[in-house]
Order: sequence, then C-alpha cells, then structure tokens
Amino acid sequence: MSELAAAGAQVEEPARPVRIVLAKVGLDGHDRGVKVVARALRDAGFEIIYTGLRQTPQMVVEAALQEDAQVIGLSLHSGAHMTLFPAVVEELRRRRAEDIVVFGGGIVPEDDIVELKKQGVAEIFTPGAPLQSIIDWLRNRFPAR
Amino acid sequence: MPERNLLAEFKAGNIRGLARAISLVEQRDPSVRHLLEALANGARRPRVLGFTGAPGTGKSTLVDALVGNLRESKLRVAVLAVDPNSPYSGGAILGDRIRMQRHALDPGVYIRSMGARGHLGGLSVASREAVRLLGAFGFDEVILETVGVGQSELEVAAIADTTLVVLTPGLGDGVQMLKAGIMEIADVFVVNKADLPGAQKTMQEIRSMLNMGPKLSWRAPIVGASAIKGEGVVEVLAAVERHRAHLEATGEAAKRAEARLKDEAADLVAEWARAQARRLLDHDEAVAGRLRRDRIPYAAAEEILTRAGGRLVPEAART
Repeated sequence: MSELAAAGAQVEEPARPVRIVLAKVGLDGHDRGVKVVARALRDAGFEIIYTGLRQTPQMVVEAALQEDAQVIGLSLHSGAHMTLFPAVVEELRRRRAEDIVVFGGGIVPEDDIVELKKQGVAEIFTPGAPLQSIIDWLRNRFPAR
Repeated sequence: MPERNLLAEFKAGNIRGLARAISLVEQRDPSVRHLLEALANGARRPRVLGFTGAPGTGKSTLVDALVGNLRESKLRVAVLAVDPNSPYSGGAILGDRIRMQRHALDPGVYIRSMGARGHLGGLSVASREAVRLLGAFGFDEVILETVGVGQSELEVAAIADTTLVVLTPGLGDGVQMLKAGIMEIADVFVVNKADLPGAQKTMQEIRSMLNMGPKLSWRAPIVGASAIKGEGVVEVLAAVERHRAHLEATGEAAKRAEARLKDEAADLVAEWARAQARRLLDHDEAVAGRLRRDRIPYAAAEEILTRAGGRLVPEAART
C-alpha cells in the first residue's frame, strides 16, 4: 500500500468520548450527588446524558440504547438499591445489551455491595468516595483508543 | 458490532442498530458511507424541524409538547438534541432528555443527544447523515434542537425545512437575538412563556424588526406559546404546516433540497481533504519540510492537493 493510500485510511477526528447515561432510579429526589458526579465526569472528558429523577429501570435502559451509551451510572439514596440496581441489569439482559456496564453510587452497605456485584453491577461508590476514584475506574475500564 | 451485523440490525428495526449507526456518523467514521448507500434505496427524507434559541427559553419543553402532538397524528418522531461540548475537556452534559421523559418508552419516539464536539462544520455533516439514517429507519419527522449560542443555529437552519426561533419575554433577549442574525434564519418565531409579563412587547419588537427588513415571499409568523402548559402548541404546528405548504407551492422545497445536496457533497470533499492534508502535514517529510522552509502555506497546500489526487477518499469509504 502506498503511503498516500495508508494516509487515507483514517479520518483525523479523535475517537468518540465514552458516553454515560446517569440516572436517578425510583422514588428519590436527592440529586445533588449525581449532579456533582456529572460535572466531574464532564470535566474529565466524558459525554454525560442525564435523564433526571424518578426513572424506572425500563426508562434507563431505553435511554442507554437510544443514546448508544457504553455505561449506565445509577444514583440512589432511598435504600431500594437491592431491588432497582439488579432490575436495570436484568432489563439490559432482556434487551440483549449486557455489554453495557452498570455502576452505582449511594448509601449501600458493604454486604449489599458484594451481592450486587454478584448480580452483575460492576462497581459501587459509597459516600466519601473521591470523584477521582470514579474517573480512574472509568478510564481503566475504557482506555482511550 | 461488525458492519454487516449493523446493517442487519438496522434493517430489522433494532433501535441499537440505529443508535450505533448514528455514533459512527458522529465519529465521522468513513465506512458509514457503505451503510448509508445500502439504506438509500427507497428511503425517504423525513421532514426536518429546526429549533434554536438562547439557553432557558424552553426549547426542550416545547419540543416535548410538539412530540406529543405529532404522536397523536401517529407520526414517528425523532429528536436530535445538540448541546455544546466543553472546549477544554471535550466532555459534555447532555440534559435535553429530562424534559422529554414522558416519551421515554414510546417506541414511536427516538431521542438522541449529540455533543457538538467543536467539529469544523462537522455538526452539519453529522446531523445531515443522522437525518438520512432516521429517514431510512422510518421516522416521519425529525426535530433538530440546538442552543443558539454560536454558529450551530446557522447549520441547523441549513438542514431544516422549517427553522423555529424560540424567544422569551423579559430578558431583553428579543432584541439581542435579533442582532445576532437570527432574523434571517427564522421561518417561524415562537415567543415562549407568553404568560409572563412583556410577551406582547417582545412580539411587537419582532414585528417591527420584520417590518424593517426586505419584503420576502414568506413572512415569518410570530406565535405566542406557553409550552409547559401546552398552550400555543397547536398554533406552532399550524404555522409550520403553512410554511411547508409555502415551500411546496413556490418550488422552494425542491430548490432547497438541491442546495442541501450540494452542500453535503462540498462538505464531504472538505472533510476528506482536510483529513488527508493533516496526515501528510504530520507524516510526510517532503510536505512538512516545504512548509518549514516557506513559512507560508500556499505551495505546501498545492502540493498536498496535487499529490493526493483521487486518494483523498478515505480507504474505508472506497468502493
């Protein structure tokens, strides 16, 4: 292949940023945390699609599919994480979209984290987790192409 | 997902196939050409409504109300919501879905948030291709929504059949927006939040600005609305319908379609040439050396074009 042909193989635009759907699931109006996380991830170069409050697992998954997101981030402070987080994973399975990574944030006890990970939630960040730890985890999971 | 599977998924009506295809378009992946050509047969162009206006004028809420109205007529509606990316990190918070959640589970509605990504003309190339994909997928109407804070609204106006400029009373933005060259792109003015004080004044300001301008065959109507209450939405759609009828009756629709195609071709050439030029400038010593010696770009640019010739077409887009 000539040098020019090789040069033509690629368009210069940079790779697409990782797209992340951030959502508040269930009956929970505490959106301060998720907004702080959204802002930090934006500043770290991610594209955040924020869906707002009171989402059902079906709505969250549908948004992730329509938006071609690689990641779903769930925020929950109501205590219903053992029901709603696995429900999102299950809905992804039902829609044959298990490749979408689910992580969560909220007040989640240690034992529940172990169980949630067994059920397919990739990671849980609890109160006090540095924003940088979320960014690092995502960068590690999605290295720049 | 390999390309062949993508085409199959798309044709099967899988929303993921559509979403992936739009991502390819956004990434400016040259191989998307093959997908678009494979889908071109029999695909019709959806009708495209462009919405622009300052942040906080209620565009998303208005779009949400309009989608509801169009769905009552059983039309399939797609919304492309374009928001700016941070010029520093490249990241973005795309929040237009929040106002449209009541349509979240309606299979006749597709909502896609796009970061403008600071492309050089990339927004128009990408959104034109996205409109093609949405038409091929079976959507009747595409609503393109963008914040009017730069040039993106001009690109929207070039793609849309009807461009709606959304203003609100009381912020002084009536006159401000008109100053920014918005007069020329508006086919319909919507004064949203028309239940707030000052709405009549804003409408009057637009009217007098229109009176000062040249007499055109289409005079942009000014519609008052309160999107959050659902008021004025029917009137907005009626104004759009009148504008569409005008475009058809005057032959302007066909003229614009041809102009759009020409723009699209010219933009593709520019995109491909630019990509090739960058590669040569960064990797070809002869070209780079020439530029270093000359310290003025003309001869290097000419050499790039002469040498590249037919090879400007990215390999992944070749047939």
